[in-house]
Amino acid sequence: MTKNSAVAGEDFPSTPARRISSYLYQNAKVRLRLLIAAPVFWLGLVYIAALLMLLITAFWTVDEFTGNTKVVWNFENVLSLFTDPLYRNVTFRTIGIALAVTVVDVLLALPIAFFMSKVAGPKLRNVLAISVLLPLWASYLVKAYAWRSVLSNTGVLEWLLKPLGLETPGYSLFGAAITLGYMWLPYVILPIYGGLEKVPNNLLEASSDLGAKTFATIRKVIFPIILPSIIAGSIFAFSLTLGDYITINIVGGPNQMLGNLIYTNVGTANNLPMAAALALIPIGIMFAYLGAVKRTGALNNL
Amino acid sequence: MAISIRNVTKKFGDFTAVDDLNLEIKSGEFFSMLGPSGSGKTTVLRMIAGFDLPTNGEIYLYEENVTTKAPFDRDVNTVFQDYALFPHLNVIENVEYGLKVRKISKTERRIRAMAALKKVHLSEFSERKPAQLSGGQRQRVALARAIVVEPKILLLDEPLGALDLKLREKMQIELKELQRELGITFIFVTHDQDEALTLSDRIAIFNNGKIEQIGTPRELYEKPATEFVARFVGTANVFEGAAAKELFGTTAKVMIRPEQIQLSNKGIEAKVLETIYLGSTLRFLLDLNGHQLIAEVSASDDQAQTYRRGATVKVNMSKTDLVELS
Repeated sequence: MTKNSAVAGEDFPSTPARRISSYLYQNAKVRLRLLIAAPVFWLGLVYIAALLMLLITAFWTVDEFTGNTKVVWNFENVLSLFTDPLYRNVTFRTIGIALAVTVVDVLLALPIAFFMSKVAGPKLRNVLAISVLLPLWASYLVKAYAWRSVLSNTGVLEWLLKPLGLETPGYSLFGAAITLGYMWLPYVILPIYGGLEKVPNNLLEASSDLGAKTFATIRKVIFPIILPSIIAGSIFAFSLTLGDYITINIVGGPNQMLGNLIYTNVGTANNLPMAAALALIPIGIMFAYLGAVKRTGALNNL
Repeated sequence: MAISIRNVTKKFGDFTAVDDLNLEIKSGEFFSMLGPSGSGKTTVLRMIAGFDLPTNGEIYLYEENVTTKAPFDRDVNTVFQDYALFPHLNVIENVEYGLKVRKISKTERRIRAMAALKKVHLSEFSERKPAQLSGGQRQRVALARAIVVEPKILLLDEPLGALDLKLREKMQIELKELQRELGITFIFVTHDQDEALTLSDRIAIFNNGKIEQIGTPRELYEKPATEFVARFVGTANVFEGAAAKELFGTTAKVMIRPEQIQLSNKGIEAKVLETIYLGSTLRFLLDLNGHQLIAEVSASDDQAQTYRRGATVKVNMSKTDLVELS
């Protein structure tokens, strides 16, 4: 009884599962292909193909009589994006709101994230992290309607501001920007917090030791290191605002954003090609935004 | 005095890291703070740098009270344990940092930074990022970055702790040379007694937030004041009570170093429990009437080489080599 049965494998019955496992163990390529098959199928077919179909639809035509979409090539929809003043105005308005929301969110997120990461103790940090995450677990619509109540003429904001001689912005672009800024703030805080966590405290001490005052340390050490995180956060705030059409409906009064135009064309107007053409605008803007970000080199260290 | 620490206490919550400490460090000294981890030596260094503020007491740098001043208002610079190089800046930009925040012109700071890099033998790496350097090279960048701003006092927090032995010995010599060349006060924190003995003009031995003894390496080794110092600096045979009475006829607590114990033909009989070959010396663990004793003799001692485990040897200790401990 000297044979080593564990090495010889004689104690293990040769089941089909064992044979498949051994085969995969010996064939790394097959193993990898099986692993990525599902995600590739999902991304390729369900996601990219559907998106491409939508974009191609932009160049199709709606049958005026039946209201069905026909495969008749037509460039008017896309051209009208550049010629129709309505589309131009709404585009600039949307970009303006998206930029404002992004800037305000980044300015709010920086001190909160800094406090969480560098000032608060472990307990307070957990409480703050949960407080930041908590709104994400509530329904989008609930939050939008909550702000509708806050912003209303008889709402909390009016009650708070009246003694100061001010009044609520009400249902307006400004009100929509406030609400959107609130909606996306966690998405901006979290990456910046993550970035700051990666800045060791002794870098701040070293900077101060070498003679840099607080502001110089922020500008020369903290900011350059967390810039990629700030940009990651800004992409969230910017792109989510670009595509929004619900908040503006609930708290934006009569104003429209790009999302509203697309939604109206899909629904009420039953003009899928026009909706697809309009969808090209936010996609184009996002490409330009990412291109500009890439040129700054901020994505090199992601 | 370069540094004068007066009755400084530092508490973190209920924990007293530094306990009513007094310390004076002369200008131009290579001064080491040696002690086990948690003994308060790093906390004292951080209070000199300004990263932590004392709970009580005062700190003077060249007769100026800096107790509550921010780090950027103190004429001291620190070499950090894990270097703390700025990852987004390359080597020369790291070294220039202190000059840049002092608003020194670009040409001058380039010249001074290159000179500092040359001092630490790192001129050809000026364009690299810290991530592309080895531990020893990062250590040199951290040194260059601290000395380029010409501080009066350089603080070094276990700067060689992360390096391997050979490199550490090389850096020790370079540090000593650098200190002589610059002529500024070096304050060096370490838990490695050999390193402290090699480098320092004077050493303070820390234990439980207090200083046990301050002295030159020779004073600490030959005349330790307490058992803690005797055991922390070198190896010590300490006897007290009945053992001291029996062996030396004294009621005091006494210490003798292993190399002062002679193994010869005359003296008290002892049994060899263990022999250890250390290259240049042989170390014997002996049992002397039930008391354990460590003796060390030259490895080239022909007779000592013949003592094996279990053998009986004769031990000779001179009373004049005894050091009385408090």
